Amino acid sequence: MNLRRDVFQAIADPTRRAILLLVASHAMTAGAIASNFDTARPTVSKHLQILTECELLKQEQTGREIYYHLNPKKMKEIADFIEPFRKMWDDRFNKLESIMKNYKPKK
Amino acid sequence: MGLKTKINAEDGKQEMLITREFDLPVELLFKAYEEAEIVEQWMGTKVLKLENKPHGGYRFETSDDKGNVVFRANGTIHEFIPDRKITRTFEMENAPFGVQLEFLEFEKLTDDTSKLTIHAVYRSVELRDQILKLPFAQGINMAHNRLQEIVNKLK
Repeated sequence: MNLRRDVFQAIADPTRRAILLLVASHAMTAGAIASNFDTARPTVSKHLQILTECELLKQEQTGREIYYHLNPKKMKEIADFIEPFRKMWDDRFNKLESIMKNYKPKK
Repeated sequence: MGLKTKINAEDGKQEMLITREFDLPVELLFKAYEEAEIVEQWMGTKVLKLENKPHGGYRFETSDDKGNVVFRANGTIHEFIPDRKITRTFEMENAPFGVQLEFLEFEKLTDDTSKLTIHAVYRSVELRDQILKLPFAQGINMAHNRLQEIVNKLK
């Protein structure tokens, strides 16, 4: 598996998280996004490329400009990644609860 | 309907909070952590050792149906206050996650209900995130394994 396609890898970087926050409010061009950072333009481009590769961002051509949109479907995937962990504990605790409801103290 | 078990893991922090409310008096909830046989039942692991006292320790071991050990964990108990609090370390053996520190707090809500709060602290943000992703990754692996089993049967 290509590591760069891992969404968690993508959001591990603070600049990339900041880009996602920016684009969340409205679609933006690469230039507009880059103007929010002190980082060199090629660096921002690289981040945009990674975010696009792992489908967190979608490109859309409007006239001569390419706008970057947030892909809510992929974002939801990240929001849900904690769910299996929660489910694991929830299952364990449900079991604990039912065992203890039937608990008879030993003499 | 709210979720009974909640996980609070803030971005960029090396800790997490697991909270759960139980339809059990706090004494029974605590007993589920205190008695080895009961821990075995709900954790689904064998308890090799459980010394509920400061400087005490515990060891868990899980085997698959073929008898191969698939999981080993151990820790040291720092504080053990019945019906109120357990402070302990937790470490998975043969795993790259290191030791975590756990503060377990047991709270009486009413005579028949109680609340458990587990505050777990990790060495780094990265380690915490890896632990959180573990069941996520295992879920994917399990799906793959099931697929493999089905495919094997077709052969």
